[in-house]
Amino acid sequence: MANANVATPNNPTSGNRFANSSVTIEAAAPAARISFRATPKGAKDFGKTLGIDLPTKPGLSASNSSLSALWIGPDEWLIIDTKNSINSLMPRRENANFCATDVSHRNVAFIISGDGAENTLCASCPRDLSPAAFPVGTASRTIFGKAEVVLLRIGKTSFRLECWRSFSPYVWDLLIDGAQDAHI
Amino acid sequence: MNPSGQQQFRLPGRGSRIGAKSVRFTFDNKPYEALEGDTLASALLANGVHLMGRSFKYHRPRGVLAAGVEEPNALMQISRDNARTTPNVRASVQEVYDGLQAQSQNRFPTLNFDIGGVNNLLSPFFAAGFYYKTFKWPAAAWDKIYEPFIRRAAGLGQAPTEDDPDRYSNRFAHCDVLIIGGGAAGLMAAKLAAKKKQTIIICDENPHFGGWLLSDTDIRIDGKAGPDWAADTITELAAMNNVRLLNRTTGIGYFQQNMVVLNQRITEHQSKPESGDARERMWQVRAGKVIIAQGAIERHMVFPDNDRPGIMQASAAQSFLNKFGVAVGSQVAVYTACDTAYAAAFDLAEEGIDIPIIVEHRTDIADDLLAQASELGIRVITGAVVEGTGGKLRINSVTFAKQNGNDRETIEVDALITSAGWTPSLHLYSQSRGKPQWDEDTQRFLPGESPQECVSIGACNGTDDLSDIFAEAAKCTGSRAPRHAIEDDVSTMSGFIGATGTSADKGKAFVDFQNDVTAKDIALAVREGMHSIEHVKRYTTNGMATDQGKLSNMHGLAIASKLLKKPIPAVGLTTFRAPYTPTTFGSFVGHSRGRLFDPIRQTPIHDWAVENGAEFEPVSQWRRAWYFPRSGEDMHQAVDRECQTVRSVAGVFDASTLGKIEVVGPDAAAFMNIIYTNGWDKLKPGRAKYGIMCREDGFIYDDGVVGKLSNNRFHVTTTTGGAPRVLNHMEDFLQTEFPDMRVWLTSTSEQWATIAVQGPKARQIIEPLITGVTISNEKFPHMSVVECNVCGVPARLFRISFTGELGFEINVPADYGRAVWEAVWERAEPLGACVYGTEAMHVMRAEKGYIIVGQDTDGTVTPYDAGLSWAIAKAKPDFVGKRGLQRPDLMAQGRRQLVGLATKDPSKVLEEGAQIVADPTCPVPMKMIGFVTSSYWSGTLGKSVALALIEDGTNLIGKSLYAPMADEVIEVEVTGTVFYDTKGERLHG
Repeated sequence: MANANVATPNNPTSGNRFANSSVTIEAAAPAARISFRATPKGAKDFGKTLGIDLPTKPGLSASNSSLSALWIGPDEWLIIDTKNSINSLMPRRENANFCATDVSHRNVAFIISGDGAENTLCASCPRDLSPAAFPVGTASRTIFGKAEVVLLRIGKTSFRLECWRSFSPYVWDLLIDGAQDAHI
Repeated sequence: MNPSGQQQFRLPGRGSRIGAKSVRFTFDNKPYEALEGDTLASALLANGVHLMGRSFKYHRPRGVLAAGVEEPNALMQISRDNARTTPNVRASVQEVYDGLQAQSQNRFPTLNFDIGGVNNLLSPFFAAGFYYKTFKWPAAAWDKIYEPFIRRAAGLGQAPTEDDPDRYSNRFAHCDVLIIGGGAAGLMAAKLAAKKKQTIIICDENPHFGGWLLSDTDIRIDGKAGPDWAADTITELAAMNNVRLLNRTTGIGYFQQNMVVLNQRITEHQSKPESGDARERMWQVRAGKVIIAQGAIERHMVFPDNDRPGIMQASAAQSFLNKFGVAVGSQVAVYTACDTAYAAAFDLAEEGIDIPIIVEHRTDIADDLLAQASELGIRVITGAVVEGTGGKLRINSVTFAKQNGNDRETIEVDALITSAGWTPSLHLYSQSRGKPQWDEDTQRFLPGESPQECVSIGACNGTDDLSDIFAEAAKCTGSRAPRHAIEDDVSTMSGFIGATGTSADKGKAFVDFQNDVTAKDIALAVREGMHSIEHVKRYTTNGMATDQGKLSNMHGLAIASKLLKKPIPAVGLTTFRAPYTPTTFGSFVGHSRGRLFDPIRQTPIHDWAVENGAEFEPVSQWRRAWYFPRSGEDMHQAVDRECQTVRSVAGVFDASTLGKIEVVGPDAAAFMNIIYTNGWDKLKPGRAKYGIMCREDGFIYDDGVVGKLSNNRFHVTTTTGGAPRVLNHMEDFLQTEFPDMRVWLTSTSEQWATIAVQGPKARQIIEPLITGVTISNEKFPHMSVVECNVCGVPARLFRISFTGELGFEINVPADYGRAVWEAVWERAEPLGACVYGTEAMHVMRAEKGYIIVGQDTDGTVTPYDAGLSWAIAKAKPDFVGKRGLQRPDLMAQGRRQLVGLATKDPSKVLEEGAQIVADPTCPVPMKMIGFVTSSYWSGTLGKSVALALIEDGTNLIGKSLYAPMADEVIEVEVTGTVFYDTKGERLHG
């Protein structure tokens, strides 16, 4: 039971759900997120702690049950854990080889799934999202309309889209508008 | 034919594009019948209506000239309702649907009787350059007479006055091969490329694929008629899942790295569009390879009075006949310099339409053409010119003679079809940054090598023969040349002929129909010294109408070249620009309208502010609570109350929009020393500091309070609007100038909700909510930061102030923002505190002389100018802006400096932006020595307060200056910038 003295969280996307015959768009559950910046050594060390090798090539991600590590830049990863708390994820100590910053509340996420998922995203994202160019597991920081997003293909016809929380109403509306043409 | 009834010019059994079903439409409110599949132009012609518009300048009666997108005359206002009304739609492109309403344009009161037609009589005064010459004098007449006159005359059609209710969409697409144009060349290329398993998009601007194959029914491919071959090919392509077919889709622009933009019209042809369908869709296609198969456009002949309704391109007449089963007249004369017009003439003659004469500009004609003409009983006169036409609202006669003027003859006709040859469409090739190459043999510009991965095939590449076209399609797709048996009645095609003729010097021989440019206008421009085609174009407006000179550019060029006695390539070619055809704003806007025009960012506390009656103001993309009026309060009263409550009790403020950047790493302090003007070495963990950041030129870029959390970690705050650019600025220096520093930057603006509590009772309000630290004045003095728990959630607590009062800023993870805010408010309200908005915040900071970057600075203000020299660590070896600040002009005396202004009459509030002068009695224009940057009514002080940038301001303190306004001159006294609590004692309460 929640502690009565502890403030109740409030997420701007919670409960969002849209579906038509081609695509379903839902708010993802709150997750723990770290923006991880590191030297190659720092990345290796933290990978060991997490039990996952942080990918070192553009577009790659690595996953291990509820944990995913997305390559964002040459020294930058987005670590997402959909089950465990941020406290269990954050490195205990600061270290000259890395910087871990809690961004759990900075981002929110939507799951876009269905045969029309790719088309829904292609309404506003200029990346080539075809399975050939963007296979399952591909991650990319890109743009969606006027918002910066991180896309992760989590399945043949499903994507996770991460954006900053204040952009989420815009991104949500834009997803719905794109979904109107998802069957085309 | 049944000349008395509806559709009396429809030929039964002809027309491959029309169905049997009739539809009804109106033109200038008169009802007509058409057949499904008709364009508006073919439907009107079927009803014997040729008069479709008035020309722009002379208001001359005009008919349809073309059957495609190049149409310059028949521009219509097409309406479904008041909100869905589109001007300047080409009747040759608009498909007729049941209930369509079309209105002609540029006429008053009616198309048949147009008062503006008087311009035609006054035309000697309206020659090229008329505007440049006439409106120069007297200068005073410009505002009152000339500009209003020109504005009234400018523009065609009516813009809708209501919001567009339709949806427009966008799609980014990627493919191996994009083929633009679905005629014989494009279809063959698609067929061959599709077999290679490549992903293909093929588009065509028309409702049906097939291009010219649909207009020339005598072509046989492997024994199949052109339209049938096209239909079979489409069926084949449609069944392949690697091919996307887009009809009614125009390639409008070719950009960098094979990005081609296509505009698809989805519901423009539907009687009752399905709700939910987008009206148009923009495709932004990134293609591995682009195959341009745009085709060619037939030029009209230039001769006196060549613009009467009933005169049109030969190819248009052929299209109207073969696609829509419409005869363009019953006695149709032909004037040509190109073989293809014969095909049109023969097709019409075979339908029993009288072709009284073919006036042939050339002297040498292929025997087989003459033989076929004679077989059909058509008289041909070679080496001849058309000298003029007769008729008022429709052509009724044509006068022609031998080129030497002999054998002049006038005959009665009701239509005249012309051809001066074909211009390959180089628009997209040229937009790909390819240079058009002049081909001397065929006298036309052709594509050369494009710097991008693209190839032109078919008629747009100057390839006229169908076998050659198929071979090109094979070559560009890397396929073996297919073998096809091809037959045609008229297969040769002549190139460009200088079709100006001797007669063009007399009368009005139109080169550009839409802008009413005649051959004489081009000649005048050349005589008056315009020797480059770019100058001729602008002087005459040739090619500057909505058709962008699709018909007129080559003629204008040929005429100018002849007069200048220079070869055509030496006169130059004007630039082809996107879009290829007029494109609606809706299509460009796509999804970005209404709420989606721009992201509107809201803080985690936004909804609370809405529920509590806040008024909001936009700050960059954010909506911030501006003030919280209580019932009966206006803004002024609310802001006064909020300020006074904060100063006497306390106030709670949502500061979540502040930019926040986490600067982390062993070199974090060193990096801060470089980026900020202040020194950071002495700052201890747990302490905070106000920092100023300059650009390299020494001007203030941003400011904010920075908290040091540990030796490796800083919590930087920026202005609300500055967050993205400050992070970029930092990353820029880190990556390019100081890559050796081990520092990482992370935006945490949105990780934290920030709640400011300011005022004498601020500590009392928050103390019980905080666990883990003591926040007494001694333990937690002004400019401190600590990590603790607030309402049970991890927080970063700052002791800082932007009001001059005792103040705290609570940062909690954003999801908890609202709950913590409510907990704070629950404490604050009973103590008599208020919530306040950005306006009160602005007033209070101005009372304290705290600057706002971007309001009190404008990119030309140094820290010295802003009175912040104390924030510059002069002993530091380097920081961004240090060298810039040493520039002589930045060190000079007399620069504008930030000072306070006190109005002599304390109740007068200066206008922000008001200019300040030293002596208001000196003559206008008087010297302005500065301007007001911030100005407010201070309820706390009972007088106005203002900040201003004034030349040598700090030396003027105590002096009087003046703000001359429209109705008065306001006297002000120069003061220091701090108006309230000048000793700053309240901060330490």
